[in-house]
Amino acid sequence: MTNLSVLYDAPGPRAKRRNAALAVLFIVVLGLLLWVTINALNDKNQLDAEKWDPFVTDSRVWSTYLWPGLQETLKAAFLSLVIALPLGAILGIGRLSDHWWIRRPCDVVVEFFRALPVLLLMLFANEAYFQWSDVDREVRPLYAVVTALVLYNASVLAEIVRAGVKSLPSGQQDASRAIGMRKGQTMVTILLPQAVTVMLPAIVSQLVVIVKDTTLGGVMLGFGELLSNARLVSTNYSNTIAAYAVAAAIFIVLNFLLTSFASWLEKKIRRGKRNPGASVTGEPSGLEPTAPSSMTVTASAGSAA
Amino acid sequence: MFDFLDLERYDLFGVFWTTIQLTVYSAIGSLIWGTILAGMRVSPVPIMRGFATVYVNLLRNTPLTLIIVFCSLGLNQTLGVTMFTDGDPEPTNFRLAVLGFIVYTATFVCEAIRSGINTVPVGQAEAARAIGLPFTQVLGTIVLPQAFRAVIAPLANVLIALTKNTTVAAAIGVAEASLLMKEMIENEAQTIPIALVFAFGFIILTLPMGLFLGWVANRMAVKR
Repeated sequence: MTNLSVLYDAPGPRAKRRNAALAVLFIVVLGLLLWVTINALNDKNQLDAEKWDPFVTDSRVWSTYLWPGLQETLKAAFLSLVIALPLGAILGIGRLSDHWWIRRPCDVVVEFFRALPVLLLMLFANEAYFQWSDVDREVRPLYAVVTALVLYNASVLAEIVRAGVKSLPSGQQDASRAIGMRKGQTMVTILLPQAVTVMLPAIVSQLVVIVKDTTLGGVMLGFGELLSNARLVSTNYSNTIAAYAVAAAIFIVLNFLLTSFASWLEKKIRRGKRNPGASVTGEPSGLEPTAPSSMTVTASAGSAA
Repeated sequence: MFDFLDLERYDLFGVFWTTIQLTVYSAIGSLIWGTILAGMRVSPVPIMRGFATVYVNLLRNTPLTLIIVFCSLGLNQTLGVTMFTDGDPEPTNFRLAVLGFIVYTATFVCEAIRSGINTVPVGQAEAARAIGLPFTQVLGTIVLPQAFRAVIAPLANVLIALTKNTTVAAAIGVAEASLLMKEMIENEAQTIPIALVFAFGFIILTLPMGLFLGWVANRMAVKR
């Protein structure tokens, strides 16, 4: 409740009464809304047992639709992250280069792909694979989704890497120079290893964005991930509301676990003994750019970006 | 090379106008709803705080695509919500998409505003109370002006993300830029020039927005 103290003083007797009244009013409004929603659902028979039962009684819902869909989602997300990480590292380090002919092209690539919607990249990648490659029709959506997510997230990760390296105390670089290390050596043996620990929470948060973005491929390209499989469930059992609610619940649990893991990592790193004195936090946000300004880059040693 | 630009057949400016409209309506709506949520999230009433926290965590972790598709299939086709239209699919889908964007983007607006409020040092409010300012003045003249300045940069990022996110409306058939691009690259031969035209369109939309708002945020930043 640290955020309370800026805006509110500790409540006195009158404020306490007012807060209690507000709470009651709010519960009434919330209850009313809930009642309207339940009524609306009931009117259209969406709360009938037969709409929700298949998720418990019919194992095929899980074994043929939801579980394979979740696997596809996770496959695409992890493939994208694994390919995007090294690419992003290269681009991020490139943007920190002393040579303009390395720095500028990296700037252009990163800014270009960050400015584009992922859906545009997916549509283009899909068409490109269709026209200029013999990728099988079955796996083409997966290829397109992964390609688009790699292009977009590599540029986002490049910014995370850049911010991570820049957030390190400048003494690290000075010291490595002083003992005669070359620029490349400094980067590989001194800066990157420390930056990676700092960046880990932001990278995990980015995974949430990637997981959410895979659903675009499901709807627009026919990629068989969780959302499009939930759609199949809803057509087979004619339970649109139930199917989407369950799919949403799976996504929420998955992403909530990832977000919690990210903040746990962040706390652990912040408390850790080997803390280099810096932290990078990406916004865990859906289809959201982790732009440098949206990152909280704090450096206790005073070299904040 | 650019002979695919058959503006009679493909309403290139029209779709980008739809994208802009989607962005503007959703931005206004999510700013309002997000501010209300942020107000609840920092309020001294536990139930409001709890509601806002649960709302933000649920909606933020749901894929936007799912929300948008649900607006169409769930709200409209199953529950018969028409969003005050006469059931004509075109305006209905547009409004449903705006509703979906507002519901989703408001969570990020809420988080941006909350983090802005958190950047104001507690000492500022304490000093204001110490010199005897009432609550309204503490908020109106000390805390909010500082918080507002700190919020511009994160809100700008939310706006840029929203502009790009409006492409998701294509999933429920709103005729915005990405849907036309899908149609064009399937019909026409020049895939790369078409893609570049649409990429250019989005860069025109987002890049100046980012530069301008970044400049504003820098100018307004509270020096500490």
